[in-house]
Amino acid sequence: MAVTDAPPTAPPVKEPEDRSFGRLLRATEIDTRLLGMLAALVIIWVGFHIWSDGTFLTPRNLWNLSVQTAAVAIMATGMVLVIVSRNIDLSVGSMLAVIGMAMALLQAEILPDWIGFDHPLTWIIALVAGIILGALLGAFQGVIVAYVGVPSFIVTLGGLLVWRGVAWALASGRTIAPMDSTFQLLGGGSRGNIGAFWSWVIGIVACIGIVLLLLNGRRQRIRFGFKLRPLWAEITLGVIGCAAVLGAIAYLNRYLLPDQVARQRVEAAGDVWPAEGIGISFGLANPVLIAIVVALVMTFVATRLRFGRYVFAIGGNPEAAELGGIRTKLTIVKTFAVMGVLVAIGAAVQVARLNAAVSGLGQLTELYVIAAAVIGGTSLAGGIGTIPGAVLGALVMQSLQSGMVLVGVDAPLQDIAVGVVLVLAVAIDSFYRRRAT
Amino acid sequence: MKLRTKLLALLAVFVLIVAACGGDDDDAGTDTTAGDGGVATTADGGGGGDDELIVGVSWNNYNEERWAKSDEPAIKAALDAAGAQYISTDAGSSAEQQLADVEQLISQGADALIILAQDGTAILPAVASALEQGVPVIAYDRLIEDPGALYITFDNVEVGRMQARAIYELVPEGNYVFIKGNQADANADFLRGGQEEVLQEALDSGAIVNVGESYTDNWDPAVAQTNMEQFLTQNNNDVDAVVASNDGMAGGVVEALRAQGLAGIVPVSGQDGDAAALNRVALGEQAVSVWKDARELGKAAGEAAVALAQGTPLADVAGTVLFDSPGGNQMTSILLAPIPITQDNLQIVLDAEWIDQATLCQGVAAGTVDVCG
Repeated sequence: MAVTDAPPTAPPVKEPEDRSFGRLLRATEIDTRLLGMLAALVIIWVGFHIWSDGTFLTPRNLWNLSVQTAAVAIMATGMVLVIVSRNIDLSVGSMLAVIGMAMALLQAEILPDWIGFDHPLTWIIALVAGIILGALLGAFQGVIVAYVGVPSFIVTLGGLLVWRGVAWALASGRTIAPMDSTFQLLGGGSRGNIGAFWSWVIGIVACIGIVLLLLNGRRQRIRFGFKLRPLWAEITLGVIGCAAVLGAIAYLNRYLLPDQVARQRVEAAGDVWPAEGIGISFGLANPVLIAIVVALVMTFVATRLRFGRYVFAIGGNPEAAELGGIRTKLTIVKTFAVMGVLVAIGAAVQVARLNAAVSGLGQLTELYVIAAAVIGGTSLAGGIGTIPGAVLGALVMQSLQSGMVLVGVDAPLQDIAVGVVLVLAVAIDSFYRRRAT
Repeated sequence: MKLRTKLLALLAVFVLIVAACGGDDDDAGTDTTAGDGGVATTADGGGGGDDELIVGVSWNNYNEERWAKSDEPAIKAALDAAGAQYISTDAGSSAEQQLADVEQLISQGADALIILAQDGTAILPAVASALEQGVPVIAYDRLIEDPGALYITFDNVEVGRMQARAIYELVPEGNYVFIKGNQADANADFLRGGQEEVLQEALDSGAIVNVGESYTDNWDPAVAQTNMEQFLTQNNNDVDAVVASNDGMAGGVVEALRAQGLAGIVPVSGQDGDAAALNRVALGEQAVSVWKDARELGKAAGEAAVALAQGTPLADVAGTVLFDSPGGNQMTSILLAPIPITQDNLQIVLDAEWIDQATLCQGVAAGTVDVCG
């Protein structure tokens, strides 16, 4: 984004431009903010790994972490657009409760009367209904923000209260459980994952995707006569990207199903369970796949679609955007609708994972989602923010929380630590942003 | 705009209450508050003049399912049995409204008040004024920090003891995880205190080991699930029992166990008698849900109100004990005992019509549990 040309770190003495590490880095045109966040993540991970006597960086814990991050990451990608357009959505936690409760009621109490319990279509009907509901709730708030002119802070603060109350009223505070058995797969667990083979397939597809993107980028630059990245930089990026993806897959695949579960699975398939056991990998969990797909789609929406560019234009300068012919009001409504859809997907993951809907679902989630976006470099002043940054932000937040549980830090101290990190991250970010200009 | 702000504030309060009172219900095993018709000595100051006793009930928010369904009928039945009249008001989740409501009940001639406080502190002036006028006050289910009031609730420390006892009987030695409630809620520590009383000895002797313990923000089942996943990871699944403080969190814990193929193998505790939890008990995935029947609470309050209205001094009301409140008061209290529901006594919740058989037995294989056939 705007800070790509910032120095990656703050060297005490400014080195000569030509030989510096910064120049090499600049040649690769990597976003140094993102790099800084990755570095912070590595520090947090290694720190917790040492503190937890070697538990944190086990395949199992990283797999846990990926599943625990998924829902907030999904919603944070939408929050980026909302915040970039100079708005805020405080209602995501309560909306999550309403939509989650609606999807749960639909599959546990309404659909069984029509098509029977655990019908093969139940999960998709519930999911689609939830997504439509999310889009409507989001658009409704967006219309009040854009066309009635009530500040989004107030509209969504109202939403925070209203939707929470509605969620309670939908089921009079009861817990709705259990969920449809197919729907449960959306949440991960021992069944909701794709196994080692398909994880490798995804890794290889991702690798090919990275190479194609680099090639395409180079071709476009040649076509329009832009300055090219040095060839070595392109190759380094490709190799590092592929290695990271495949390495991550290889590492996560080492997390094996517990014996009891593996045995049930083998025997269900009609095979004999060997005495020495078989190692069956979990592979990537479904919620993580969903989060990855959402992040890719949202990155595309934000950077390649007209809608995404309009959002950034509005955030940069609303008056100019309006005068430039952008239908700013409609665009704002769309950002809230997109947010609503993503909340619905997040709700589906949460409800499926918990295998229950409770009226207290999603409490404080709005704050985690906003914090993830902000830690990920989204500016509350509008106009600046990236989707990958928000996903990383969500990962940083969840790493802190899971790590602290792992080493036995109790809840009140966890809250303190997360709060401090939030403020610190933004403080460091704005410090470097000022230096960069 | 002003109206909207007010409405929002109202809504906020409503939401808070809803969040605050998860699900209390109860059952009374031991104490019964005998009607105590004996010593009708003096009538009190605020009396309406006629012979019939009047008991006023101030609900903080009658919209909640529980009060209308369980508590109110039980209070009414107890009053009917004693020939007393029932009047009530509903504050609609407003602490200010409740102050006015209490005044109104007194002016309608109430001889005793039962107050379900919206805010245990804000209600204090009204309680003081009622007591000055000679109208006795019962703090119903929620503590009001005035030693002049009679506090009736379920014994939460006992709930904790029951949870720990049920789990300890199944797993006398091994690794225990403790999933506690919200750290800001005094009940979370009452429960933990009760659990500790039962388990301390075994913890000290090393028979059982505490391998993970955490508060849970807002009693949130999703947080409990995440925490349980972390404890399982940390101990490489070497966890033998989980003492969870309520049913919602027990649900999250069971899902975390299920992902490791441990659901039904590692016993889990809970409380509230949630439908989903009782179903888990029937399925064998949860060892115990401690149940508090709200109807017993209503009955005890109705009977105590009649006794107080007839002039019985606080300390002479049947079944009272002294309870040291968090605010440092010695409260005269009636603490009802809950019932631990396990697979062996599921009949109790069916007999009480707390849950129907279809809901209780959903997914239970035929022949595994008696009550499910």
